[in-house]
Order: sequence, then structure tokens, then C-alpha cells
Amino acid sequence: MRKTSHWLWLAALLVYLFLYLPLTVVVIYSFNDSRLNAEWVGFTSRWYKVLFQDEEMIQAAINSILIAIGASLIATLLGTMAGIAMHRYRLRVLPFLVITPVAMPEILLGVSLLLFFIQVLHLTLGLLSVLIAHITFCLGFVAIVVRARLTGMDESIFEAARDLGATPWKTFQLVTLPLIMPAVIAGALMSFTLSIDDFVITFFTAGVGVSTLPLQIYSMIKIAVTPEVNAVSTLLMLVTLGMIVLAAKFDKTVLRGQG
Amino acid sequence: MALLELRNLTRRFGSLTAVDNVSLSIEAGEFFTLLGPSGCGKTTILRMIAGFDLPDAGEILLDGKNIAATPPEERPLHTVFQSYALFPHLSVADNVAFPLKMSKVSAEETRRRVAEMLDTVHLSDKADAFPHELSGGQKQRVALARGLVNKPRLLLLDEPLGALDHKLREEMQIELINLQRTVGVTFVFVTHSQPEALALSHRIAVMNEGHIEQLGTPAHIYGQPVNRFVADFIGDINLMNAQVEAPGETSVHLAVAGLGRIVAPAPSGVKPGQSGAFAIRPEQVQIGAEDELANLANRFTGTLRDFLYVGDVTTYKVELANGTIIRALLPNTSSGGRARFLEMGDSVTVAWPAEAGMFLHE
Repeated sequence: MRKTSHWLWLAALLVYLFLYLPLTVVVIYSFNDSRLNAEWVGFTSRWYKVLFQDEEMIQAAINSILIAIGASLIATLLGTMAGIAMHRYRLRVLPFLVITPVAMPEILLGVSLLLFFIQVLHLTLGLLSVLIAHITFCLGFVAIVVRARLTGMDESIFEAARDLGATPWKTFQLVTLPLIMPAVIAGALMSFTLSIDDFVITFFTAGVGVSTLPLQIYSMIKIAVTPEVNAVSTLLMLVTLGMIVLAAKFDKTVLRGQG
Repeated sequence: MALLELRNLTRRFGSLTAVDNVSLSIEAGEFFTLLGPSGCGKTTILRMIAGFDLPDAGEILLDGKNIAATPPEERPLHTVFQSYALFPHLSVADNVAFPLKMSKVSAEETRRRVAEMLDTVHLSDKADAFPHELSGGQKQRVALARGLVNKPRLLLLDEPLGALDHKLREEMQIELINLQRTVGVTFVFVTHSQPEALALSHRIAVMNEGHIEQLGTPAHIYGQPVNRFVADFIGDINLMNAQVEAPGETSVHLAVAGLGRIVAPAPSGVKPGQSGAFAIRPEQVQIGAEDELANLANRFTGTLRDFLYVGDVTTYKVELANGTIIRALLPNTSSGGRARFLEMGDSVTVAWPAEAGMFLHE
């Protein structure tokens, strides 16, 4: 018994090292006093100063945040409705259709959205096209979280509200919405992180002239991986981590990955 | 005019007719029970009265007005659900205040009535608690308070005691009767538990396969079941196939194959030769030595096969000459009861008077 648990701990340790070592290295080298990532020279925070004076980087960050806010708000609204519909109508095809964009290879979704925007909508690629694309893949995620929350609930609660005099709308307002709120907030926060981190789909749908943080990082490392890239990556990592922790606080099913 | 009247109510689910042309009327102030095994249609009827389900045919008249198609929120009646269905995000007081809020009662009036109602169900000290902090019995009382606070014309109760343990159940039964008397609201109660129905109701409708088998007072249904189903479903009963020999004024002679003749009270409209069943409750059957029971009209000897001692009473199983097992239930008035003197395999006499038991039509 004791012996197995030692091995289990060792295996777990290795897995976590594998997951977090690269990230830790990125963070450490963001404080390296050297233009190159090759060797540790000394501690500095100057790369963060450089970062905050880089106008292209700041513009990219603003774009990223605007898109993430817009995409998470709209995806939350639509995803919540989809989640409720999936729960209520219990058609197997509904969850399937909503989950597919989440599970599909990103490159496929990116290419198909690009073709759709250009050939069908005749849209000029830019912030709007990126926003729509991000809503597409965030929506499914919100819907899954909201449905998971509803699944465990006693159906008669909603009937009780009607029975006690609440119209369908009042029932939604006073009973359904407060009960699914944790899932809605968690869905919104997860959408925000998905949107702000996304590279592949953004790459296909952004067109020229519009940049987001991941695109900006990519264009920088094409030249050289400078500690400035480490610095921006570190900040992005912090935001993402914060959002995930917050989301899990609102709805525990997020970490369990129920779908 | 009856408070609630169901006229030819029918509900089908695919090829299954869950409720089959049911008509009944319920008077104001009544404690009315729909009793039957699961799947007999009792819950479907309740859901149609509440408005969660729509009938395929028939009318639901409340105070003479057909409400069959009215949405649930517009019906002046409330439901107590088996799962209680309390709103988990609202405190006890807010749960009880919910129906008042929906009918736009003023805040002050709401506070007063919620306090009054919580007092009636002895939960004044739990007003600020949340449902997950309550015991089963307390949740039950909150659900009752929430259903009654707005003075509905009718309170529907769907197996409300089903989730409680045995002891709590009995306490809640007494509370339910008292509560119904205090508030004077008409109760329509659904249950599959016949002791519960007998203990609580003014009138009972025994249901089976979508229709009503018998409707009457508890004593009527227990004492004079109209057919085998009701006799068998309500309480414990001995049943044996019998044929009418000679119908008389007050009594009837029945022939039981392999056993002989039984004298039973005469039911109305039986003809000689008609077959059916003789039914008698175990507590009406006496057991003892032949000479002790000589004054009873029906006497048969048999062999004691089994007895079940449960403290206050003992159930004896006696095998008669034709192989029928008859059960006799006797109170243990002296310590140890008769079981002390009887042993398995003993030859005993079972007997009952001519006025006991009944003949049931096929």
C-alpha cells in the first residue's frame, strides 16, 4: 500500500514537472539581464519596462482585451441560451452540434471561418472578423458548462415556481438564472482566457494590420526570442491562471471538466 | 357546487391510456386522496389539475370554471412536491414569501403573513436558514407553508411523505391532519401508501390502470371493498374462490371447493351459481380449540403452518383442508399470546361469525 503510493507520488511529480518546467523557465528568463535567452546573467526587470514602451505591443494588448471582453460577453449570452435549450429539449443532436466547434482542429475552424468571411460574407478581415470567430469557439464551452449545471438540478423547482404564480419569464429571472449564475460566470471567464490566448484561429481571421498579443509574440520570435517575449508571455500566463482560478471558484465543475 | 370537478378526464401517452375517462368531484374543505399503485394515473391527474400536463379530453372545473387549458401560474392552487422543490438559493422566509411576491402583496403584509405561516408550521426560528441546512421534516414543513401562505383554493400534495423515515412520517401525518383543519384549505393528496390514505383522508379514490375502482370514506373502502383489486390493495385480506349457492335475505351461502360451505353477509344482486371470491380480513378470523369457537357460524380445521410475532399482534398462517392458507391476526393481550401454547404443525380451528367477510363479484 505504502509502496504504491510512493511510486504514485513520483509519477505525479514527473507529470507536473513536464507540464510546468517549460513555463517556469519562461518566467525566470523574463528577468534575465541579457538580450539572449542562452545563459543566466543577472536579475533585471527592464524587459517589463521595454514591454510597456513598445507601442505595437500595447496596441496588440488593447486589441486582445477588447476582443476577449466582447467575445466572452456575447458568447456567454448565446452559450447560456444554448445550454438551457440543450437541457430542455434533450435532443442528442443539439449538444453534438455545440461541442463540435470546440473539439474540431483549430486550423480547420480557422480556415473555414476565413473562407466564410471572405467568400460568403464579403467581410474585410479585421477586429470584427476575429470577434465573430472567437464567439464561435467560446459559445460551445459556455453551453457545456451551463448544461452541466442544469443537469444536476431538480426539475420540479422550475415547476414549483410556475405553480406558485411565476410566469415563464419570471421563473427564468428569479429561479433559473440565479441557480445557473455560477456556471454563467465561470463560462464567461473561461471564454475570456480562451479568446485572449488564441493564436491559430486569430491568425487566419485577423487579416493584415490587426494584431493581438499571441500574433505579436509570434511575429517577434520569428526574428529572435528576446526576454521581452518572455515578459509578455509571463503576463499573459498570469492573466490566464487568474481567470481559471476565478472560474473554478464560481463553478467547481470547470476543473472536473464535466461536459 | 363542488369545489373541484373532473369530467371525463383522459390522458394518453402513446398507446398507453394513463388516465381513462375519470370523473369525480371534491367538496370544499375535504381531505381527498388519490390512492393506487405506481403507474395507476394518480400523479398524472394531479399534474393536470396543477397545469403541468394537459388532458387529451375532458374538463377540470374549479368553482364551475373549466381551467384545463389555463397556465399553472394562473390557477389559484398550489402543489407540494415529493422532492419539496424548495428554491435552494432563497432562505426559508423568502421561499415562503415567493407566492405572495408573485401576486404582488405589499412588503409589510408579506412579512406579516410569512411570520404567521412559519409560526403555524413551527419554523419561526428557521426563517433565515437555507433549505440545505434543514432536515427532511423541516423541508417538508417549509414546502407546506409555501403552498398554503397565499390561501389557495386547493393544495395538491404529491406523495409528500414519501421521502421521510417511518417515525417522522407518522408525526407528519398527524401534523398534516391538524394543519388541514387549522387552515381549512381543501387538500388533494396523492399516495401509494394505503395506511397513509386511511389515516389521513375524508374520502379516498382507489385507482388502478387509469380509472377509479372505488370512491368512498376510509371505513367504507376498508370494510366494503367492491372488488378483488380494492380488497387486496387496501390492507391485508384472505381471498378464496367461491360460488353462490343460495342467496338469502341477510346472508348468502357460498361454496368453496374442497372446503365446504361458508355463510356470509348477502351482497345485493347475486344469483345462484355466480362465481366470485370470499374475502375476510385476518383480524376477523378467530383461532383456537374447536369447543371455544362453537358459537361461530363458520368453522374449519387446519394445520398451523407459520406464525409471525410482532409484539402487539401475532399473524397465524393456517393451512385448510383444500390447501388454502388463511391468515388470522390476533392481539397479544396476555404476554406471549397464543403462540406460547401453539406449535407448528398443531391442528387448530379457525372460525368467524356469519356477519364477517364478504362476497366479491368477479
